[in-house]
Amino acid sequence: MAGVGSGYDLTTTTFSPEGRVYQVEYATKAVEQSGTVIGIRCVDGVVLAVENLRGVKLLRPDSLRRIFAVDRHIGIAVAGIGPDGRHMVGRARSEAQNYRSVYAEEIPPSLLAERLASYAHVYSLYWHVRPFGCTILIGGWDASQGPCLYVVEPDGSGYKYRAYANGKGRTAVRTALNKLNFEQLTCTSAVQEIARMIHQSRDIAKDKPYELEMAWISEASDHKFARVPGALVVSSRQAVEEEPQQMETGGSTASADRGETPSTSTHIMEES
Amino acid sequence: MIETPTHTTEPIVTGSSVLGVQCVDGVVLACDTLASYGSLARFQRITRLHQPAPGVVIAGGGEYSDLQQLFRITDNIFRQEFCQEDGYELSPRALHSYLARVLYGRRSRMDPLYNSLAVAGKGRFLGCIDLYGTAFESEAVATGIGALLALPLIRKQWHAALAMDEGVRLLEECLRVLYYRDCRALRSVQVAKVSDSGEVLISEPYELSNLQWKVAQAAEEV
Repeated sequence: MAGVGSGYDLTTTTFSPEGRVYQVEYATKAVEQSGTVIGIRCVDGVVLAVENLRGVKLLRPDSLRRIFAVDRHIGIAVAGIGPDGRHMVGRARSEAQNYRSVYAEEIPPSLLAERLASYAHVYSLYWHVRPFGCTILIGGWDASQGPCLYVVEPDGSGYKYRAYANGKGRTAVRTALNKLNFEQLTCTSAVQEIARMIHQSRDIAKDKPYELEMAWISEASDHKFARVPGALVVSSRQAVEEEPQQMETGGSTASADRGETPSTSTHIMEES
Repeated sequence: MIETPTHTTEPIVTGSSVLGVQCVDGVVLACDTLASYGSLARFQRITRLHQPAPGVVIAGGGEYSDLQQLFRITDNIFRQEFCQEDGYELSPRALHSYLARVLYGRRSRMDPLYNSLAVAGKGRFLGCIDLYGTAFESEAVATGIGALLALPLIRKQWHAALAMDEGVRLLEECLRVLYYRDCRALRSVQVAKVSDSGEVLISEPYELSNLQWKVAQAAEEV
């Protein structure tokens, strides 16, 4: 039984002697290999973005999306295994509808995050199921608190964030996120920042071409889930791609960052 | 012998007629704002018109709780449509057909939704559905006792060049007649205008004017 977990990684019902649950860690690994996913809560809304990697050239643009509408006021971005993410989205939609049919009002994003976290957690408790290989970013508009961003991870934890990034380019992007001023950041400028962060986190020589997929729930979209207007995405992306190449240091840290183990301390977390 | 529920075939809180007419520039729906409890005028300021999405309005009579359920069902349909993001949108005709299936399915289970509906939408759509799932499209629609009292009046005055504002006046006239003769009708009414391009205008409840009761005195003298 040679291998990473030496027999302790076969199910989520077994702890390793060091107190780790390997299956859950493997699920987290699946997320880290995904295209970069970013969520930012701005003053006038919340922006979700995905670096949608396009290995297959025959795919039509806008197919295989990674950002989904859950309700009129909530959207989810998926990092990790797509089908697992879509399953979570399906669950989120039925939770949202169920809440509506009981209380006749929109589900608060906080409650949706809580319920999805509980749901994900259940899949780390039994030998006959595996954890979800995805982290989901829940962007929503709360009736009383305005825009908000929640993240649910494969282990079933859920946090409220100002900004979050995961996937291949996460380390470079998290560093860049830490430098933003969230008290003043608007959605439009966040879109431009995201385009820059994703561009700079990439290794042009090695990485597959990508589609920049973005959605927001903002004042501009009447507090409803909407795709960021194509023109804005295209112009933001063009702007950063035409910029003179960053200094060597910037580029090399970005490529060195890839595949590193995440340090959760770089997340910009909020009391929830 | 399978026992079937019978309580669903006895409506408790009910709305009365709904009227609709097609015009040159759109469709108009009208109904009063009453939900009766038996013969008691119990809820006098409720709305029986509902706009589930841009460019669609449904109006209904019959059991009010069933009507609310139908409104919820249509809301859910359009919310799912919103989440789909496939660039298609559900046409008023499709919704009309869908609701007819819902009502027919329920009557086939011997558990009907006790309503009659009018569906109006952009592209000059006007359709009608009853509690058995019978559905049709027509340039003039009236449900309940309105089908007997108002529909002949609408047909008499209907012409191909009818404008929406004239349509509103025509339906107001019919509501007036219904207020005189239908014991479950109310003076407070609402109208909805759906233009061909999909602009929807649902009025606030307002009182019918020009009511003429002299004839009632004549009836007393007999």
